[in-house]
Amino acid sequence: MLSFNGLVAVCVLYVAGLFAVAFLAEKRAAEGKARWLNSPITYTLSLSIYTTAWTFYGAVGSAARSGLEFLTIYLGPTLVFIGWFWLLRKMVRIGRAQRITSIADMISSRYGKSGALAAMVTLLAVVGTTPYIALQLQSVTLSFSAFSSNGGAGTPDAEATAIWVAAGLALFTIVFGTRSLDVNERHPGLVSAIALEAIVKLFAILALGVFVVWGVADGPGDMLARIEASPVIDTSWNGARWVGITALAGAAILCLPRMFQVLVVENSDERHLATAGWAFPLYLMLISLFVVPIAVIGLDLPSAGDNPDLFVLTVPLGLGRDGLALLVFLGGFSAATSMVIVAALALSTMVSNHVIVPLWLRFSRAEGPTSGDMRRVALTARRLSIAGVLFLGLWYYRLSGGAEALADIGLIAFLGVAQVLPALLGGILWRGATRVGAALGIGAGFLIWAWLLLIPNMAETGGLIPAMLEEGPFSIGWLSPATPLGLQATDRLLTAMILSLGTNTLLFILGSLFSFPSPLERLQGAQFVNVYDHSRALLGWRGAAGTADDLLIMAQRILGSGRAGRLFQSAAAAQGREGALPEPTADFLETLERELAGSVGAATAHAMVGQITGGASVSVRDLLAVADETAQIMEYSSQLEAKSAELARTAERLREVNQKLTELSVQKDAFLSQISHELRTPMTSIRSFSEILMQSDPLDDAARARFSRIIHDESLRLTRLLDDLLDLSVLENGRVSLNEGEASLSDVLDRAIYAAGALEEGGRIAIRRDRAREAVTLWTDADRLAQVFINLISNAQKYCDAEAPELSITVQGRGPEIEIDFADNGSGIPPRQQTLIFEKFARLDTAKGAPGAGLGLAISREIMARLGGDLAYMPSQVGTRFRVRLPARAQEAA
Amino acid sequence: MGKRILLIEDEANILEAIGFLLSREGWEVQGHGKGESALAEIARVSPDIVVLDVMLPGRSGLEILRDLRADPATRDLPVLMLTAKGQAKDREQAMALGANAFLTKPFSNAELVSTLGTLTDAPAAARSGGGA
Repeated sequence: MLSFNGLVAVCVLYVAGLFAVAFLAEKRAAEGKARWLNSPITYTLSLSIYTTAWTFYGAVGSAARSGLEFLTIYLGPTLVFIGWFWLLRKMVRIGRAQRITSIADMISSRYGKSGALAAMVTLLAVVGTTPYIALQLQSVTLSFSAFSSNGGAGTPDAEATAIWVAAGLALFTIVFGTRSLDVNERHPGLVSAIALEAIVKLFAILALGVFVVWGVADGPGDMLARIEASPVIDTSWNGARWVGITALAGAAILCLPRMFQVLVVENSDERHLATAGWAFPLYLMLISLFVVPIAVIGLDLPSAGDNPDLFVLTVPLGLGRDGLALLVFLGGFSAATSMVIVAALALSTMVSNHVIVPLWLRFSRAEGPTSGDMRRVALTARRLSIAGVLFLGLWYYRLSGGAEALADIGLIAFLGVAQVLPALLGGILWRGATRVGAALGIGAGFLIWAWLLLIPNMAETGGLIPAMLEEGPFSIGWLSPATPLGLQATDRLLTAMILSLGTNTLLFILGSLFSFPSPLERLQGAQFVNVYDHSRALLGWRGAAGTADDLLIMAQRILGSGRAGRLFQSAAAAQGREGALPEPTADFLETLERELAGSVGAATAHAMVGQITGGASVSVRDLLAVADETAQIMEYSSQLEAKSAELARTAERLREVNQKLTELSVQKDAFLSQISHELRTPMTSIRSFSEILMQSDPLDDAARARFSRIIHDESLRLTRLLDDLLDLSVLENGRVSLNEGEASLSDVLDRAIYAAGALEEGGRIAIRRDRAREAVTLWTDADRLAQVFINLISNAQKYCDAEAPELSITVQGRGPEIEIDFADNGSGIPPRQQTLIFEKFARLDTAKGAPGAGLGLAISREIMARLGGDLAYMPSQVGTRFRVRLPARAQEAA
Repeated sequence: MGKRILLIEDEANILEAIGFLLSREGWEVQGHGKGESALAEIARVSPDIVVLDVMLPGRSGLEILRDLRADPATRDLPVLMLTAKGQAKDREQAMALGANAFLTKPFSNAELVSTLGTLTDAPAAARSGGGA
């Protein structure tokens, strides 16, 4: 008979074996060699954490007490795996595509990354799982005591056992669950240990079954006869409870945090799910195959004791099969530990990601954490969470004092986590589901469940506030958990299930219908519901070579082939794979991402690498980050563009200015040349005549007088020219000071006509006016305006070539302007020269011999511009017509 | 009998001054003021020498000079160009076209008389110097 210490030693050895397996697996995985780790069988075996110690020991107990009802616990998951395979596949795909880390993350991601919702689901998971962990600890200590009470030496201290087991499990989980913050949240060491435990579990129960059927009974025939005779299968058949528990178990396989961890998070290849689709139900069938025989034999066997929950141990022990008993004990130990390890891992991920880290970020925002700090914080938070979760389980176990009622906690926990189901299914299948609906549903379901089942169970186990629970708070009967809504519930579990899940679903649907999702929620909704459109399957390590190829191609595109080649070569050399492509290990991917980030930005690099390695779709968060980066780059490039456009504009302006300067220079040369000509011509006569006059040769008086007059006239001509030039210069430079005041148009015309000498006897032109129309008062510089009129009148005098020259001056108001036309009856200006008349020194061919340097019209036009009007040549059929336009600033005089 | 000179100049006062001066020097002076009819006038008058202003109404003196040099009858006719613009390029252009001499207004009477004297005394030398 094995001593208690011996039993402990076996346990320690077994755990040490698990450590070794896990360590080896981690090492192989890091080297990229652990193909068996990546097999569908390992995946399926890891799913077997569904069968905990509760089912390992409790199934036989349940069969002994309630007949075949225990089958429902296996039936639910089997139906889900066979009938709802498509749903599992979709969950796995979403989990990969969105890099989901837990069930709380799944729900929160779907509903717009809601932190509050994640915290709520985390709370629900912790509350629902803690008693379950307590149950595992209890089963381990119970099995210890079962061993020792059956003649084992030493006094087992149940409490100490539980503490040591909890501490050991915490250590294991911390070591293999938080080695690093893997992008994919996968834990190969842990999973391989779990798979090994699944084999031990199955092997133990099968061995016991074989022993019972062939060792105790005389083969299957005798066994069947014994079963017929036993009361096990006679127990009453409660259809509603069967359906209820089957559904609950089906829901649990989807919602339990630990199941989500192995089913979705640890999944490394979507095709594994196809194998699990038949292999997992097979596993469940095998593990339940001998439950009834063991129960029947246990009931028959006096030495098996009176606790059916321990039959699997007491039957072999009672028959003196210590070796078999030890195997079964290890099987139960495996069931308990594997559940606790994965549950603690899953819960710690949620607690640290959705409670501790957000709080830490909120309270340490001022310090501005770097990403390195963040990783350390996250790892520490996760380790503390694991210890905390196990401590909570231990605390609950001690609170319950190992009471029998703890056995009920299995189904109660199922119903607790099942509150996530409506939000989970709705989120995957219905784009209309919203955060408000999910929060309302989960919140209400959680409260109803806690009130109707959890608190009464805690009260039962821990002796809390029993009166209030019996009579309802404040003696309000319908609030009492025993008689909710006044119902005399025959089955409290079923009643609570219908009330909590019913309310949950109803509020979820109504809340979703009557609330409006945020943009992020709608995007995430579409990503979840239409996940197959946005992602590709993750095909595990078999795709690794292809992955490395893809990574290299991408890296070449971004870094250039030289740099990418060097990066990949050095990574391959570091992995000991000289000459081949490096395995896409976490280290290498991190290096690659850093390199790429230098070129395309961190978020983009992360999304690109994730797309290739993880099969992950680009999440909304990624997209937003990428968009941010792109916006920055675009802003930068648009700044560059703006600068280059500005340069181009400046260059264009410079070209224009240069051209203008060149033109001005040409114009200046031409102008100087013109002035030179205009000055030299009179000078020539003056010089020539003055030299003649200076000569001693005698001249007659008439000639002397004539030559002197010519000299005099030419001097005047020069003076006039200089006056005009100065006038024009002042006008063109805008430095002219206008002497504005009220003036009568009629008076100004009178002055101009008089000054032009048109009224003198020699005046060769007749002037026609309409004085009535000229009665206009102007606000202008009358002298300057007269100068323009004089110029126009004297031009007509000089150039009108009609037989009887005539100039008509007509005035008319046109809107805010007054137009004064000067039209003669000559032959006009040839069209070819009409554009030249306002140019300086532009004397027309026909104007030869007439005095003046050709500056008159140029000056007149400048004056009109200064006076706010203009001067234009009006083409007409007869004669020459100039039009002076003036702003009419004063009203017409009477 | 003095030599016959044709003055093609549009400024009446200048024409009068030069005409008076050269008549007193013993030239037989003819004057003409229009550019477009200058060639016809030269053909009609058939002068021994031409004084040609550059800025003429109707036709520039340079064009007239080119036509003169193109016509065998007037190829060797001595031509003195006058201009009031006073720019070096006018002189170069005139000499390149075959002018025998070039004066910028205003010039002294003595300058004009001596230049004309050179042209009539040694027309061949002046022509070769003009680089025709």
